[in-house]
Amino acid sequence: MKRLGVLIAGLVAMALAGPAGAQDTPRFGGELIFAVPSEMPSYDAHRESTFGIVHPMAPHYSTLLRVDPMDRSGSKVVGDLAESWTVARDGRTYTFRLRRGVKFHDGAEFTSRDAKATYDKIAFPPLGVASERKGAYVNVEAIEAPDPYTLVFRLKWPQGSFLSSLASPWNWIYKADILAKDMRWYETHVMGTGPFVFVEHVKGSHWVGKRNPNYWDKGKPYLGGYRALFIKDSAAQVAAIRGERAHIQFRGFSPAERDSLVAALGPKITVQESPWDCVLLVTMNHEKKPFDDKRVRRALTLALDRYQGSQALSKIAIVKEVAGVQVPGTPFATPPAELEKLAGYWRDLIKSRAEARRLLKEAGVPEGFVFTFKNRGVPMPYEPLGVWLIDQWRQVGLNVTQEVAESAKWFADLRGGDFEVAMDAQCGYMVEPDLDLYKFQSGPTSADPRGISDANYTRYKDSVLDELYVKQGRAIDLEERKKYVREFEKRLLDEEVHTMYTLQWHRIIPHNSRVKGWTVTPSHYLNNQLDTVWLAE
Amino acid sequence: MAVKPAVLGDVPEVAERGNWRRTVLDFCRARPLGAIGAVVVAINILVGLGANVIAPYDPLTTDYGAMLARPSAAHWLGTDAFGRDVLSRIIYGSRTAMLVGFACAFLGATLGAVIGVTSAYFGGRADLLIQRVMDIFLAFPLIILALAVVSILGTGIGNLIVAITIPMIPRAALVARSSALAIREMPYVDAARAAGFSHRRIILRHMLPNVMAPYLIMLTAYLGQAILLEASLSFLGLGVAEPTPAWGLMLRGAAVQFAESAPWMAIFPGFAISLAVFAFNLFGDSLRDALDPRLRTQ
Repeated sequence: MKRLGVLIAGLVAMALAGPAGAQDTPRFGGELIFAVPSEMPSYDAHRESTFGIVHPMAPHYSTLLRVDPMDRSGSKVVGDLAESWTVARDGRTYTFRLRRGVKFHDGAEFTSRDAKATYDKIAFPPLGVASERKGAYVNVEAIEAPDPYTLVFRLKWPQGSFLSSLASPWNWIYKADILAKDMRWYETHVMGTGPFVFVEHVKGSHWVGKRNPNYWDKGKPYLGGYRALFIKDSAAQVAAIRGERAHIQFRGFSPAERDSLVAALGPKITVQESPWDCVLLVTMNHEKKPFDDKRVRRALTLALDRYQGSQALSKIAIVKEVAGVQVPGTPFATPPAELEKLAGYWRDLIKSRAEARRLLKEAGVPEGFVFTFKNRGVPMPYEPLGVWLIDQWRQVGLNVTQEVAESAKWFADLRGGDFEVAMDAQCGYMVEPDLDLYKFQSGPTSADPRGISDANYTRYKDSVLDELYVKQGRAIDLEERKKYVREFEKRLLDEEVHTMYTLQWHRIIPHNSRVKGWTVTPSHYLNNQLDTVWLAE
Repeated sequence: MAVKPAVLGDVPEVAERGNWRRTVLDFCRARPLGAIGAVVVAINILVGLGANVIAPYDPLTTDYGAMLARPSAAHWLGTDAFGRDVLSRIIYGSRTAMLVGFACAFLGATLGAVIGVTSAYFGGRADLLIQRVMDIFLAFPLIILALAVVSILGTGIGNLIVAITIPMIPRAALVARSSALAIREMPYVDAARAAGFSHRRIILRHMLPNVMAPYLIMLTAYLGQAILLEASLSFLGLGVAEPTPAWGLMLRGAAVQFAESAPWMAIFPGFAISLAVFAFNLFGDSLRDALDPRLRTQ
């Protein structure tokens, strides 16, 4: 009873507290301590794709544009080192006015030369230099720096999402002089224009930064410094926050962990939650029988009771919303009424499962058919989702065994096509169809190993889907683009059932109530520069 | 009338047929703890074999309306995070534990005994070489070696059995060799050699049966170890995979997350593991004392 009382008090407190209140006056000083469940493979964000680099290192850097740190939807693009910009009438030329007086941490002045060198490295990396997201810039024809404070991007065709792609939290601005000498210098060193200066990194232990007194945004940052603690074990992260040895962990906790922190700390904990631009997908290998038959793939998605799954799993895992190819509530998300028309989203479960059984029978798949589901050896949320999926398929007479592989093997098996049905994942930094859908363009197959999207492990070619992807990307009119996104979604999830969306992740950040000026967004890659964050008394 | 010649090295039967009941009663009287262990082991085996008759629910059936339900009349030991009956999963889990335990203990002890006896029989360089190879394996703690093997082979019951068996082989070989070294010098082995019997025949028919006492002791001792290793590897996510009911697996994931609000998810499988391992150890120790008192000090 006492615990329940504390829990209720905590929930009331968090409801009242909400995100950092704008009415509060920021306080200077203090060290923010946060847990990071992963560690960076190198120091170069252009080549990496883990939050393990963004969380501890983003405070050292600036980007050309960024997502407004106070925007909960994580979609409002604002300038960072770019003060303003214009787009030419033909939609193919973007001109950016850069801020003056911005200094690198070594005192050198930032100019358009640095921005150009950075984007040249990202979009046109020389041989031997990895750029994880160069595929997102295939439309860039040229990057020019006509004067020290102007940067121009010339595109091959108009692209509605181009500004969003420049707000990527991975595109840290590097120093041109350093890149000219050694393109790989940033893999092992730190030198940016961000709000915090690098102090030390002790591998497996911590990362420390201190306030940059010369930061371009005068009066910021508020914190005196920060300390990132590398803690892989989830229980240890919870213990660190419960024991007030850490203020926050920016990736997220499970509902049970949230409840345990709220029960333990009451009003000392503030909880922020958001739909998460991450989803676990079920990928069915089109080169393995019987999954080459779309009736079988359709049966697999029809077997799922996503609505009940959402209700049940949201109590024990970091998943919640039933969604199509876009995060619910965002501009291009399919309305629920329309979503319910897609296979596997029907409200009538009896009809759905009867149809699944009929399709399996028609495809010659016998009752009790056995196949292996390959899952990733990461507990949350892969493990509960795996158990749920296997149980759902059992309801239509399929007998599924699970094979759990550690991450490196799981990735290798997915890329090599060594699976029948497997769990796959998709996480984005911004909810934007161009960034969320590129994965599903034709991927590598045995017959043709060159795919448009190397991130597509399902081993199919679909020219209709490829065309729809390009059409939605080129559409400037919002309604026209929505129409193409819907068509893409219908083909991907209903007509061809190339893949299956399970449940949208749900981000839960219980943090120490002293942390102010930080707002949860649908991406754990966003909002890590910490320039707006401060610690209350 | 043809008379069957006596085979050199035949082992006289310790107890005459028909006297087994007396032997069992003597064992129970002399070693009551061992007898209790044996009863628990027998119950475990019976529960595993009859799981589909005994278990009140299908261990795989989820009930999202009864997630994390407390122990009650409907679910004696409560339910887990997916609404699955914990008692049913423990009952079916004993099948996994016994399967892995017996397979690993039997394979480990048998292969180890064969290698150990062979090594002792040949002696010289062959013995030296085999023992150094065994030493390499013995340098690693049991769980570390099992972890290494499972990370190479992958997860699943088959791979798990191999992973647990491999580290047991050198330990069994060491014990079997020490017993076989004495047997090697026995006159009946010399006689078998003189009679021109093959190495294989001498090892399998004349030496191996004489290491039966340490073999049985190893077998029972390894059963408990194998069950514990299976549970440990499954707990680490390297053993059997969900939704297969397995005791170690029941201790991970949601059981950790909900340790405070739903402690029954961890307590009962943990108790099942402890009880089984304790029972096997009690039984094994008593069997050792009964069969070969000399080994007590080892």
